[in-house]
Amino acid sequence: MMVTAKLDALKEIKPHEIALRFLFGGACTVLAALIARRFGPAIGGLFLAFPAIFPATASLIEKHEKEEKAEIGSDGTERGRLAAGIDAAGTAIGCIGLMGFALVVWRGLPGQRAGVVLVEALLAWVVLSVGFWLFRKGALDPKDGPGSIQLGPQHPD
Amino acid sequence: MHDLLIRFLIGGSVVSSFALLGEVFRPKSFAGLFGAAPSIALATLGLTIARHGHAYAAMEGRSMLLGAVAFFCYASAVSWVLLRCKTHALATTLALMPVWLGIAFALQSLLARWPA
Repeated sequence: MMVTAKLDALKEIKPHEIALRFLFGGACTVLAALIARRFGPAIGGLFLAFPAIFPATASLIEKHEKEEKAEIGSDGTERGRLAAGIDAAGTAIGCIGLMGFALVVWRGLPGQRAGVVLVEALLAWVVLSVGFWLFRKGALDPKDGPGSIQLGPQHPD
Repeated sequence: MHDLLIRFLIGGSVVSSFALLGEVFRPKSFAGLFGAAPSIALATLGLTIARHGHAYAAMEGRSMLLGAVAFFCYASAVSWVLLRCKTHALATTLALMPVWLGIAFALQSLLARWPA
């Protein structure tokens, strides 16, 4: 399956949905800083990998899929749930990249310039996330082979 | 207070930018990668390094690695439940949040006992 960028999807996003993510993101960033101040970097660092907007994102994906099906007069409850489940499977793969990002920050920061380390860490996230997604896409997409997650004819992709 | 306001604005901008990127890409499994983007870390590490130094930020990075392992377990559990049970996404993600908390703090606790 090819990766495509659908810029039209941005037009479908309502301003309050972007505002919700901005607020959640900002609040979680402040929370991580306050926890680090109160309990130190060992505990505060955990919250740099907190699933900040994951519940809101999963809920919005489910809602969008349901609305899409409702427009053609179908019940999109099942489709919405499966779309959120597939998105979560992708997020789990992205977490491998997140581990790579954290590892580069941990091991790289003491001896190198901060800007260089952050760029290297971001590259590690991209390479690991996309690499593992390519490796696992056969299992995530039922069209790509045996052992796939069977989603039936209403596969959201 | 000023520092927290800057963190809020940068954090909100970075997190919502990655979320918008996730909306653009298809298939859904690929878009999901952006759900685990290092948004909070990118938003705060620069300020943390400037304020507390490299060693402090490196220690945060070590703990972030444990948080990412916990996030992996949490997202896998959410995906497993949503693909197999008839539950709602918001209820499932919130009900399983203790998975992240439990694993993150258990790993941190184990690391704290590990001899240096």
